[in-house]
Amino acid sequence: MTGPTTPRGPAAPSVTATPEGARDHARSQAGTVVEHMPTLPATAYASAPAGVDADALVWAERVAGGSYTHRVVRAGTTLRLTDLEGDACAHLLLFRAGEPWERLNVADTVKVQWNAYLDVGQLLLSDQGRVLASMVADTSGHHDTLCGTSSRLRNEERYGSGEAHGPSPAGRELFVLAAAKHGLGPIDVAPSLSFFKGVHIEPDSGALTWRGAAPAPAHIELRAELDLLALIANTAHPVDPRPAWSCTTLEVLAWTGVPTGPDQWPATVSPEAARAFANNREDLDARGVR
Amino acid sequence: MSEPLVDVIVEARAPWSGVVPAGATLQIVDLRGNQAVDCLFYLAADTTERYSAPETMVWQGSVFLTTGSVLRTHSGRPLLTVEADEVGRHDTIGGACSKESNTLRYGHHTRHQHACVENFLAEGARWGLGKRDLVSNINWYMNVPVEESGALGIVDGLSAPGRAVILRAHEDVLTLISNCPQVNNPCNGFDPTPVRIVVGAP
Repeated sequence: MTGPTTPRGPAAPSVTATPEGARDHARSQAGTVVEHMPTLPATAYASAPAGVDADALVWAERVAGGSYTHRVVRAGTTLRLTDLEGDACAHLLLFRAGEPWERLNVADTVKVQWNAYLDVGQLLLSDQGRVLASMVADTSGHHDTLCGTSSRLRNEERYGSGEAHGPSPAGRELFVLAAAKHGLGPIDVAPSLSFFKGVHIEPDSGALTWRGAAPAPAHIELRAELDLLALIANTAHPVDPRPAWSCTTLEVLAWTGVPTGPDQWPATVSPEAARAFANNREDLDARGVR
Repeated sequence: MSEPLVDVIVEARAPWSGVVPAGATLQIVDLRGNQAVDCLFYLAADTTERYSAPETMVWQGSVFLTTGSVLRTHSGRPLLTVEADEVGRHDTIGGACSKESNTLRYGHHTRHQHACVENFLAEGARWGLGKRDLVSNINWYMNVPVEESGALGIVDGLSAPGRAVILRAHEDVLTLISNCPQVNNPCNGFDPTPVRIVVGAP
């Protein structure tokens, strides 16, 4: 063990020399407000956007670039992610709450809906043919379903570091930490989606072309169609071409609501969507969930 | 030439698995043409380290697999390299067919049809792998174009009888294969057929 072996200064007696002093010192920090933190209760969030009822908020948090957050939300909850400053990148993994072996399947999501790009009215599908979430709003239009999140090795090559505690954390490292807090391991960190950074696929070559971000602020809204565990990592996109790692604040808001009904949009957008919602209903009916 | 370590015919609709040793080649032959071969790779010494479609696409800057493609794990570690390809492009976007996704894609009458996820689960279980170990896979010989609008789909194949891909392993690689049983789209020409797997000694 290393550290100072002599007192650093004789002048002022330490306020943390005793348990009581240390307790008072710790408690005196309460109420500190910083840019990146959760607001508890969420209903006290002072910056609820127009049209969002602050009294219905169940989650309000500002996530720094290079950090992560996670929460279990009930079916019907709307999850709103906002790129406040124009350089956030929200990587998302979804699992069925309490049954995490059912999870977001990116391949099924693009294949079943016959499209590689996320848009309003599209569904985030599980590997069990059910709807985990519906995309119900989008003012960005810059998203990606194919590139997943960043890896430690690639961030080390590009930026010199990729560990969670370093200056350019890889999304996978952050997801592993978020997953662990719900009893999940690295094998549960499957391919993810990302929001607020666009990648285009060139039709002939299949080349990935960077499309950057929309002007800030931009937001998306996802409606939970089942009880969900959401893991969110806010870090640079893996094909971001800029030489320096960069990622800014992500705002996460959630408020209560009801899931999509069988004859309601977006269950009506396609026969595939209708059958996905029918699969949700079949499952919930058998469980006796109304 | 030394004898191949493995030279088998994988029957239509069937799975196959095996470890391809470091330095060895894995050859997959599309015997009758346009037969999708769903494929997952794991580091044999640590199966938590597995093939990653996103990581593979990001490092090569393209969504299609062909000669020169390095197949990587989610950590970026190279597992195998495509050394030869007689077709030109292969898919790693579309994932595996499942009984569950078939209900969305075609209707609930397909719920009890055999599917690639069934093959992956059955064959993976022999190596201690479960559902949580399954991720977006490779579909050799499957043609999934992406149009300017983002429209994509499994369309008629580009392969032909006897065409092959050859991969070389950088590590000892556990390979899971599902010889795709799908009969509702053109990935197998609506008629699943056998393929040949040859593992050549290092």
